[in-house]
Amino acid sequence: MPASPPPAPISPKVGLFVTCLVDLMRPSVGFAAVKLLEDAGCRVEVPSAQTCCGQPAWNSGDSADAATVARGLIAAFEPFDYVVAPSGSCAGMIRVHYPELFADDPDWAPRARALAAKTHELISFLVDVRGLTRVAARLAATATYHDSCSGLRELGVKRQPRALLATVAGLELREGREAETCCGFGGLFCVKYPDVSTGIADVKTADIAATGADLVLGGDMGCLMNIAGRLRRQGSTAAVRHVAEVLADVTAVPPIAGT
Amino acid sequence: MDSTARRFEDNARTALDSPTLQAALAKLADGFPRRRREAAERLPEFEELRDAARAIKEHVLDHLDLYLETFERRVTENGGEVHWCRDAQEARETILDICRRVGARTVTKSKTMIGEEIAINDYLEENGIRPVETDLGEYIIQLRREPPSHIIAPAIHLSLGEVAETFRKSHTHLAPERALNEPDALLAEARAKLRPDFLTADVGITGANMLIAETGSNVLVTNEGNADLTHTLPRVHIVIASIEKIVPTLEDATTVLRVLARSATGQDVTVYTSFCSGPRRPGDPDGPDEYHVVLLDNGRARLLETEFRDILRCIRCGACLNHCPVYRAVGGHAYGWVYSGPMGAVLIPALLGTHEARHLPNASTLCGRCESVCPMRIPLPRMLRAWRERLHRERRTGWLARIGLAAWAFVAARPRLYRRLTAPLVRALGNLAGARRRFRVLPFLGGWTATRDFPAPEGETFMTLWAESDRGRTKP
Ligand code: SF4
Repeated sequence: MPASPPPAPISPKVGLFVTCLVDLMRPSVGFAAVKLLEDAGCRVEVPSAQTCCGQPAWNSGDSADAATVARGLIAAFEPFDYVVAPSGSCAGMIRVHYPELFADDPDWAPRARALAAKTHELISFLVDVRGLTRVAARLAATATYHDSCSGLRELGVKRQPRALLATVAGLELREGREAETCCGFGGLFCVKYPDVSTGIADVKTADIAATGADLVLGGDMGCLMNIAGRLRRQGSTAAVRHVAEVLADVTAVPPIAGT
Repeated sequence: MDSTARRFEDNARTALDSPTLQAALAKLADGFPRRRREAAERLPEFEELRDAARAIKEHVLDHLDLYLETFERRVTENGGEVHWCRDAQEARETILDICRRVGARTVTKSKTMIGEEIAINDYLEENGIRPVETDLGEYIIQLRREPPSHIIAPAIHLSLGEVAETFRKSHTHLAPERALNEPDALLAEARAKLRPDFLTADVGITGANMLIAETGSNVLVTNEGNADLTHTLPRVHIVIASIEKIVPTLEDATTVLRVLARSATGQDVTVYTSFCSGPRRPGDPDGPDEYHVVLLDNGRARLLETEFRDILRCIRCGACLNHCPVYRAVGGHAYGWVYSGPMGAVLIPALLGTHEARHLPNASTLCGRCESVCPMRIPLPRMLRAWRERLHRERRTGWLARIGLAAWAFVAARPRLYRRLTAPLVRALGNLAGARRRFRVLPFLGGWTATRDFPAPEGETFMTLWAESDRGRTKP
């Protein structure tokens, strides 16, 4: 990597990697991401040749299949100044693990590294790269924020969503003691070891309950689906949303798994 | 001890169903991480210290043979003896030979995970020698004939009530009205019971937190002081240690000690730190007549050349266990062998084989918290994934999962096909869920819906909606 990054273009061309879960489960998050990026002065495109980043195979130890999927994604996003994803784990997959995945492939390693260098998680991109300090959004709610593991530990996403959420009118943010503790999703882990996964989720939902929040926010659909699913089964009515929905002020759609 | 790692899923279920275990684990998760964080915050240079400790062990692993030979030379000069053991059986036999030669009947022990790894207690017992654990935690699990559930707090899975009950069962002299409901009372009871054993033991066996090449010493940290009685009172002191415990100098040892205590218990230093450098010399007030170091490989040297080399930096502080959501949910016994948590999930497949331990590397969310707290900066998640890679190569993963992944990759690499298959499916699911926005059961997702509702998709995929929007139509 160069010692200092090239100066950011005034209106950068951003390729939105929607991620498979947002694409299939919650398109609202994708539209929220487009709005946030455009409000932050980006020209946004959504390349149609995208599907998934390949994490399910990579985390299963199947790097051949992961590479098959990853090559398509790399090719689709090469033309952009930046690649942005509304997910810490998918952005982390590209930033941290694509270079590992292609380390022994002389043709693809440079391409993977180049893509990694310009890929960002949505909220950290808005704050750290675009310098966003506030949003024009309003929501009367008491929220607690779940730090998804990959975003937190691979990409350092922690203060950025909190900084922007602090500017949402009417929103109160309460920290859970276990905000940084895994929710038990873990990709295929949650269906391979459902009992353990649920045991872990219970620590998370108890912590959420202890905050008294009526809204749970986070930056990764996988975790949010897991948390919402467990909350609903336990009879909790706390709403669960992707943080981008709140920041983009698009909260008309019902919360994840309803209420 | 025999491994039950193969039955991880059953073990985990039992653990999740045990209210006393869950209470104990909740307490652990509340205490250890907080104490570690506070200790790290008290020491501004903690992060640099981690780097320094890591560098020491890295250097040792680069020159392991050299330092081991230096260590042996120094031990010999000090009047002790080093026994090189390739595997558990060799180590067991070596220890038994020493015990037999000196006519040992009682052996006191102070915490050694390597002792657990080679199951030395069972072996000595089978051969008519009585091993007595002298650390409170080890003593309790010895009475219960259980393996340790945590590398530094072996009885952490038990409630005070369970410990009191264990004592009453085996200390049959106890008056029923004797109160045992306080930790101090239990400690006093164990001490009273252990005192005669300390005095009559012929051999003391201890582990080693480190071996110092420069001085030929072994370093032991404890909080109870029993280790000192174990290695000074008997005529013979046997140290059991694995080869990667070596550090070059006394100074290096102190660097590692500073991160060890803080990472393990959040103490600045442990209460007792002992350095033993051989048998009693003329004029010494105490110490053993014989000093032996049983140096165990048990597959470790082989790891040096593999992607699992980094685990050999482990100093067994337990921080990765204390911060692991899986350990927090199921405790140490679920892992099925002497080690547990993230370090166990990396080490056990290496020591017992992937056929035995295939669940352990998979039973992780790869959340990365272990690596973030590991004083030696061991990339535990990366190694768990590396095991998965091996398991996949060795075809030890289920065929359904393998076919599923291959089919998924085939489709995911073909965006148009992917969309033709996914769009109707999510539309149908969205319609089916209706206003409830979730499912209580889904036939192909039983693993999820047994305990969690499954959120319904909104209905249309993003890519469909985008393609239909003005924006999507105008773009390539
Ligand atoms: S892997 Fe790291 S955190 Fe875990 S016991 Fe070893 S040194 Fe401690």
